[in-house]
Amino acid sequence: MTMLRVGGLQKHFGGVLAVDDVDLELAEGELHAVIGPNGAGKTTLIHLLSGALKADAGVIVLDGRDVTRLAMHRRVRLGLARSYQITSVFPNITVLENLALAVQGASGRDDRDRARTELGAVGLGARADDLAGALAHGERRRLELGLALATGARLLLLDEPMAGMGPEEAARIVDLLSALKRKRTILLVEHDMDAVFRLADRITTLVDGRVIASGAPEEIRRHPEVRRAYLGEEAPQ
Amino acid sequence: MRDTLYIPLRPWPTLGVVAALALLPLAAATLGQPFYVVFATRVLIYALIATSLNLLIGYGGMVSFGHAAFVGAGAYAVAMLMPAGVASAWLLWPAALLAGAGFAFLVGAVSLRTRGVYFIMITLAFAQMAYYLVLSLRVLGSDDGLTLSNRPSLGLVDLNRDTTFYYAALAILLAALAGMRVLLNAPLGRALQGIRDNETRMEAIGFATYRLKLLVFVIAGAAAGLGGGLLVSLNGLVGPNLLNWTQSGLLMIMVILGGAGRLLGGALGAVLLLVVEEAIAEHTIHWPLVIGVVLLAVVLFAPQGLSGLMRRRA
Repeated sequence: MTMLRVGGLQKHFGGVLAVDDVDLELAEGELHAVIGPNGAGKTTLIHLLSGALKADAGVIVLDGRDVTRLAMHRRVRLGLARSYQITSVFPNITVLENLALAVQGASGRDDRDRARTELGAVGLGARADDLAGALAHGERRRLELGLALATGARLLLLDEPMAGMGPEEAARIVDLLSALKRKRTILLVEHDMDAVFRLADRITTLVDGRVIASGAPEEIRRHPEVRRAYLGEEAPQ
Repeated sequence: MRDTLYIPLRPWPTLGVVAALALLPLAAATLGQPFYVVFATRVLIYALIATSLNLLIGYGGMVSFGHAAFVGAGAYAVAMLMPAGVASAWLLWPAALLAGAGFAFLVGAVSLRTRGVYFIMITLAFAQMAYYLVLSLRVLGSDDGLTLSNRPSLGLVDLNRDTTFYYAALAILLAALAGMRVLLNAPLGRALQGIRDNETRMEAIGFATYRLKLLVFVIAGAAAGLGGGLLVSLNGLVGPNLLNWTQSGLLMIMVILGGAGRLLGGALGAVLLLVVEEAIAEHTIHWPLVIGVVLLAVVLFAPQGLSGLMRRRA
């Protein structure tokens, strides 16, 4: 079963092609990492897939349904949610209320029990009644992830969930994502190569908006172009 | 479980305030100042209008600078229908409400595509267009406005009696505040406040933000229209100045003074502004200067307005 199929996706800003003819396919339950140097178009790709930006060309098919022209909130209701590289939560309400809002957004109902379940899933059970603005960085990143999870989306687009984290917090996210594997389809954009190679079923490498390689982690690790453009010689062995 | 957005109902203070408001006409009669009943009615109507703007600014983050246009739509609807033979308030006031809602739908459908300063400017532009339209239309009385020979009738009670009108306005204001509390405590109210705080993220978790904002914009326009209909019913006259941008500005000042994003913010602001105006206007023509100083003090020292101050002491 194909969860996401992307064909010929294109986006330019002025004269710059940020995403150039990208093809991508994610099987159901797959964890697919997208790596590449800064400015490769990874975040733009997530913007296009989530509906925050409109593609100039190409198609996006979610679970057999063409969503290329759908607004962001419609895609969420069809089971596609994203997280943000720069934490974007609701700081003035509690952690639980944050998640309840995400549950409500996707389902239309204010279901606190489900919100509480999601709270446990991201390990924030003890902070339920604290204001989201009072959380530490690592906790905020987990809440950020939790908002996407709480929509109940089958396909998650995660934009650098480990950004700015220390090794301990990053390890928690790796555990969290391992637990999610198979249950949800995940497109993971991440710079932490240890995490990527540990988690990913397949990896796509983006450079200057183009896919230069796509395949199993072992293939990508050995791929000469990927090594030259991004991994360098210190790629994890 | 902590519920930061829930607005509790404090029964005793509420009952106290309602009782005081209910006794106000008696007090005015005892003091031999019946004029104050009409003044108090005007305050109640402005409290309704400012409350509707508070829903937009304080809870929805929609800084509308054209709210007077919806007041005007309601007022002129009543002023047009009465001479045409419609005398019942049961028809006239709903018509005012619908006029406000309809105009708000048109303005909102376009304006809500924009955000921030653009939204402020486009709502102002729409309101000024309405103002100049009214000013130029002979059928709407141009700059003389329209006058009514009578107040609408309300079934068994006689609105020509000032006290009766006062109680009608009070009932409508209380119903509007109760309705707003219900709305804000409902999932729709939570969504609205989420949009105010982080609209992009709300879209990213599945909310149809544009549609929700438009819905609330129309609700606020309806309440403002009703307020306009009440004003013209009370005063028996309406002029284009009711739609001018200074009126929109005055309503915004009321919301800021009273406390944007507080249930009673709009109502308190209306009381404060109109009472201060009434008290100072007879002594000096420079009363707007006093309001300006008060506004400055509120913004600097009590950013949550009068209701924020009261809450801090409670």
